[in-house]
Amino acid sequence: MELKLPIYLDNNATTPCDPRVLEAMLPYFTEKFGNAASRNHPFGWAAEEAVDYAREQVAKLINADPKEIIFTSGATESDNLALKGVYEMYLSKGNHIITCTTEHKAVLDTCKHIEKMGGQVTYLPVKEDGLIDLAELENAITDKTILIAIMYGNNEIGVLQPVREISKIARKHGVLFFTDATQAVGKVPVDVQADGIDLMAFSGHKMYGPKGVGALYVRRKNPRVKVTAQMDGGGHERGMRSGTMNVPGIVGLGKACEICMNEMEAEGKRLSQLRDKLENALLELEESYVNGNKEHRLPHVCNISFKYVEGEGLMMGFNKNIAVSSGSACTSASLEPSYVLKALGLGDDLAHSSLRFGLGRFTTEEQIDYTINAIKTTVLKLREMSPLWEMFKEGVDLNKIEWAHH
Amino acid sequence: MQILHLHIFKLETMAYSEKVIDHYSNPKNVGTLDKSKANVGTGLVGAPECGDVMRLQIEVDEESGVIRDAKFKTFGCGSAIASSSLATEWLKGKTVDQAMEIDNMDIVEELNLPPVKIHCSVLAEDAIKAAINDYRVKNGLPELVEEKKH
Repeated sequence: MELKLPIYLDNNATTPCDPRVLEAMLPYFTEKFGNAASRNHPFGWAAEEAVDYAREQVAKLINADPKEIIFTSGATESDNLALKGVYEMYLSKGNHIITCTTEHKAVLDTCKHIEKMGGQVTYLPVKEDGLIDLAELENAITDKTILIAIMYGNNEIGVLQPVREISKIARKHGVLFFTDATQAVGKVPVDVQADGIDLMAFSGHKMYGPKGVGALYVRRKNPRVKVTAQMDGGGHERGMRSGTMNVPGIVGLGKACEICMNEMEAEGKRLSQLRDKLENALLELEESYVNGNKEHRLPHVCNISFKYVEGEGLMMGFNKNIAVSSGSACTSASLEPSYVLKALGLGDDLAHSSLRFGLGRFTTEEQIDYTINAIKTTVLKLREMSPLWEMFKEGVDLNKIEWAHH
Repeated sequence: MQILHLHIFKLETMAYSEKVIDHYSNPKNVGTLDKSKANVGTGLVGAPECGDVMRLQIEVDEESGVIRDAKFKTFGCGSAIASSSLATEWLKGKTVDQAMEIDNMDIVEELNLPPVKIHCSVLAEDAIKAAINDYRVKNGLPELVEEKKH
């Protein structure tokens, strides 16, 4: 079969909607268009039934009770609702939240907002493999701490935080544990019971569902967790999230969860093999390094720095044909490279030289072979053009040069 | 407001002009000149932490003061590579004095660089001036002080 270009390897940004998901959704745009809150006629009943069914599908994937699922517009909204909702609800107990520096902006910026509201937030550093230090976490807990917010899997480097150990610490101190599991749900087994999670955010479009729909898991038993609504209105989702239900989106999220439930194990194995093939082949290039812990990692992600070439320049060599993402930010006015990579202690130069590969359900071995070849060729070509590579090869210590910062 | 939005959209989607792509794909004058020679001037500007480093070299004909050859190596994005590639093309055949006149905005115009990439052209101009000054110092001439500050 002829290889179709461009190749999509940016599945951490978003995934394509699975055709089976789309098929399940379609009737809910047209003949089954009812409002799930219309309790008095068949149109509303059909919509409500669909939402209930989706809620079960979602709950099953994460081993929750359907009543613990609140549908939202996506992970950003879920992050906001969890953090601000817990902060407002538990303010009488304390105002301190613990999170970490490599969280998604939806968590970090929400925490900044909470600080403006008078909250106190501790941003834990991460070790050079991207994982938090559990002793440091425990030490950060005070009698004012109400919430620990640590992500499940990182979007840039794919590392999986030790959620079970984190939840044990949270339990021990009577603190709630919220995790942004946007990259992990549907990719690795996530079990809110076994993992000890109290609140969890995730999104449809990262697991082959539609964009614009997500969920927040809120524990109902041991302990019963409550959040203050962040949107006022008709009191949908048991008062925690007002707004007419996005029925087609919710049906899609449900179907996406069901497919992940059935296929996750085999898919994870297949993708980790392809990922390892890609990674090992690219590591054959001199001076290339994997960023983040290689053991505790999502199966479909890798992040590699190719020293002495700049990420954006590198992407330009193949970005018509291969879609990946770079830790460099040459297009932004700030020129600041990825804060996640910097949090691992990577120098700006290595952060500027990184690429993130996110494989997905529709990635094939042919695509990986093509990608290996294209990236190797481009790295070699750009190194021939790189003054830093030449200096490195001549044995010049680049750290000893006085660079003209501007 | 709408015009502003369209403008931003255009910048983001068309960050690379045809000319930038052409210089990136077929860079002119990549290489290294012998920096120990008296008639070779070398300029190394930028910093790895900032995501761009340019090294630009000129070889000057001592009789005529004309730049006989120019080479570059650049670590950076496509626009940085294109800016330095273009600079070497422009330098060849110019006298050192004429080369001093090259302005970063000429590079911006020629390559259609969007505002976020103007720093690439600034870096190229800095590299030209650094190479010329290196040549001047080697030949007992005073360094030329930059007239404008970026």
